[in-house]
Amino acid sequence: MLELSTIWAGIIAFAVLTYVILDGFDLGIGILFPFAKTDKDRDVMMNSVTPVWDGNETWLVMGGGGLFAVFPLAYSVVMPAIYMPVVTMLLALVFRGVAFEYRWRTVRGRWLWDVAFHGGSTVAAMCQGIALGALVQGIPVADRMYAGGWWDWLTPFSLLTGVALVIGYGLLGATWLNMKTTGGIQRLMRSYVRPLMFMTLGLIGLVSLLTPFQDPIYLVRWFSWPGVFFSAFVPAVVVLIAWMLDRGLKMQRDYQPFFCAIALFIVCFIGIGISFYPYMLPPSLTIAESAAPDSSLAFALVGAVTLLPVILAYTAYTYWVFRGKIDPEESYH
Amino acid sequence: MNLFANFDAEILARIQFAFTVSFHIIFPAFSIGLASYLAVLNGLWLWRKDQTYLNLFNYWKKIFAVGFAMGVVSGIVMSYQFGTNWSTFSDTAGPVIGPLMAYEVMTAFFLEAGFLGIMLFGRERVGPGLHMMATAMVALGTLISATWILSVNSWMQTPAGFDINELGQFVPVDWWSIVFNPSFPYRLIHMVLAAYLTTAFVVAGVAAWHLLCRNRTAEVTLMFSMAMWMAVLVTPLQIVAGDLHGLNTLEYQPQKVMAMEGHFDSHPEGAPLILFGIPNEDEKRVDYAIAIPKLSSLILKHDLNAPIDGLDTIPDEEEPPIAIVFYSFRVMLAIGFAMLGVGLWSLVQRVRGRLNEDRWLHRASILLAPSGFVAVLAGWITTEVGRQPYTVYGLMRTSESLSQVDAPAVAASLVAFIVVYFTVFGAGTFYMLRLMGKAPKSGLQKTQKSLEFYSMAEAV
Ligand code: HDD
Ligand code: HEM
Ligand code: HEM
Repeated sequence: MLELSTIWAGIIAFAVLTYVILDGFDLGIGILFPFAKTDKDRDVMMNSVTPVWDGNETWLVMGGGGLFAVFPLAYSVVMPAIYMPVVTMLLALVFRGVAFEYRWRTVRGRWLWDVAFHGGSTVAAMCQGIALGALVQGIPVADRMYAGGWWDWLTPFSLLTGVALVIGYGLLGATWLNMKTTGGIQRLMRSYVRPLMFMTLGLIGLVSLLTPFQDPIYLVRWFSWPGVFFSAFVPAVVVLIAWMLDRGLKMQRDYQPFFCAIALFIVCFIGIGISFYPYMLPPSLTIAESAAPDSSLAFALVGAVTLLPVILAYTAYTYWVFRGKIDPEESYH
Repeated sequence: MNLFANFDAEILARIQFAFTVSFHIIFPAFSIGLASYLAVLNGLWLWRKDQTYLNLFNYWKKIFAVGFAMGVVSGIVMSYQFGTNWSTFSDTAGPVIGPLMAYEVMTAFFLEAGFLGIMLFGRERVGPGLHMMATAMVALGTLISATWILSVNSWMQTPAGFDINELGQFVPVDWWSIVFNPSFPYRLIHMVLAAYLTTAFVVAGVAAWHLLCRNRTAEVTLMFSMAMWMAVLVTPLQIVAGDLHGLNTLEYQPQKVMAMEGHFDSHPEGAPLILFGIPNEDEKRVDYAIAIPKLSSLILKHDLNAPIDGLDTIPDEEEPPIAIVFYSFRVMLAIGFAMLGVGLWSLVQRVRGRLNEDRWLHRASILLAPSGFVAVLAGWITTEVGRQPYTVYGLMRTSESLSQVDAPAVAASLVAFIVVYFTVFGAGTFYMLRLMGKAPKSGLQKTQKSLEFYSMAEAV
């Protein structure tokens, strides 16, 4: 029988991955905001996510809330460990979240909320990357509590993962805009895709090379059988996806580059999953150790199994309602 | 870490939690009420085919969108704060309250967020039926959200249905009694009515402002009339609900009621109701008290001579801070009766056909426009400060709930929250007020497709 805690780890991983993809292109648009040439282009960029950004961000609540619900020990160890990046991310999300509405409520102050949108998106992405790096580095635990200092998260490695995520989200954002826009702004975004892709690939490579040296666990995982199989396999898949992305771009396809960029994220995410399993927080806590009692897991699982498909269905429906290219003449406000 | 550093972090974390949650609740109180109001307006428009309802819908929709955005971003902060500042609490109580919050995300937050886009921006894309559904789903989502989070909070006030395991964690035994813990029904009803009243008085205030500015359109008079009906009908319900809530609290958290009432001493033969006074915690008495003999016994026990215990029966280290609870409770009550007064006044003027003429009624409505928010905050302060020194009542102290974080980290983030919240939410409030300052549009709008268009489109 599969352990309840393993199933839940899968569900949380799914929620986090969904968050990374959905809010990834959403934050990516904010990251790319200053590159737009005109106010009109910025309107279009923002309108391409206005009806869905709140839903995208709810997956972050699902990831955090889910962790609290089923892995309370992991939640209560991680949050103090990455206190500063988490608080900074939350504040950054405040700025960019309200910008969606405030921007349309003022003419004189619009630039201010443009800056807030860009700054908030970039800082939030950076903090998420730093948090990821801090997790990979390992979090010391003693006596069911975080046992490190409040600056431990800050290392060259975590800064690198921070930058990598900003660039990666930028790639998602650029391919999303290539899909959702027309005319000058589409051409502009398309021209960014290639450089962003190569930077992303480079950073993925660098992070992957450094990861095994963060903790012996990873070294063993990736350089002993069967891990070594994946070690050879994953880079090949990454290259293949990148090639398809590039081809889609050359052939001026709308959808292909975006979905290839998503695939890139999925592969990297699986790679991280392989590194971590069966740990929740390497090297201190395993999934089973950090789980809540079975009665909590079972109660919440009933809801997750019945509700998540419904949620995915109406989320897809909303995307369907707002499908197609953004009409620059149509304003939502 | 030495004890002193720990104490510092505790006070800072408490201030931070109180600050962020108090900011947060301001927006839900408005979102819950306004979402239902918008659903009603949309429904009435479809039913009566009167353009006035649609114009009002479009007017309040913009204000709703700004408030909702502030509610979402301040709420996301809350859901992470349990881990950052109260991680011991999260580890200990997580197995019980965590799943409830996960249900809140899955049944409420996704629902609100999923249909919000269609509600705000999709009318032209989905047709009136689906748009109505989306609007109703957003309203339902806010109510479901309130249900779960109040269940969580009520469980912390009146814990039930759990066991304590060898690690000291609370573990669930009976989910039904966890969710429907003793104070939950009272708290839920009282809070939802509070949200409706808060919104009704904002709507009334805006309408009254435009009436005073002599913008007497059909839209303005309609919203004034709707809001005043809410005031007349819901305020008495709220007072009854509050009274029942208090009786429930007397049963489960007696020292909170002692603090609310200012009963430092026991009264073996009938306790007085202290209307006003200055609680003196050092001398353990209420100075300058204006009291009505025996009324407290009548309210709490329905018997003039029923004995009532006072704080003298409670060890000092089990007592909540008295003065804060005493004052905030009276602020809430005063506002409740002021709302009742304005409601009755409007009823009289309505019967006399002078609802839109009585300028003093309009001025009073403007004065009460922000009062719902004040009452909501005062009510929560009564509730939350009154349960101190516990986070899980009688079982887990606030001082035991803290994270292993250093005071400077909490202090730095507290300052950041204060600065950011005041600027960002200050700007948002300013934008909302500016939207409210404009009168709603009247008559048919040329950019809108009419209802006939949709019925024709559907027929084709
Ligand atoms: C009585 C109602 C109520 C209360 C006491 C709270 N909330 Fe809240 N919350 C709501 C009612 C609400 C809502 C009506 O559902 C909101 C407000 C406006 C909105 O946008 O949704 C919301 C939004 C909201 C969000 C964003 C949801 C999204 O992404 O769409 C989160 C994560 C939280 N809240 C979390 C919390 C936490 C952790 C609380 C306790 C400490 C809390 N809320 C108290
Ligand atoms: C939304 C309206 C709410 C308001 C305005 C509010 C207000 C407050 C205030 C003022 C305190 C500080 C009490 C003190 O330290 O003396 C407090 C404490 C606390 N509240 Fe609430 N609260 C609200 C809702 C909730 C909910 C829904 C929960 C649980 C899910 C909650 C959990 C807590 C906890 C854990 C504490 C203890 C930490 C502390 O003492 O600061 N609160 N709250
Ligand atoms: C005048 C009649 C009222 C009475 C008798 C009353 C009674 C109470 C009592 C006894 C509590 C504390 C519950 C506890 O033990 O935790 C409470 C809390 C509260 N009150 Fe009131 N109240 C009244 C009016 C109002 C009004 C007009 C509002 C807002 C518009 C309001 C909003 C709240 C809120 C938000 C809380 C905290 C949440 C809760 O515990 O339900 N109340 N009220």
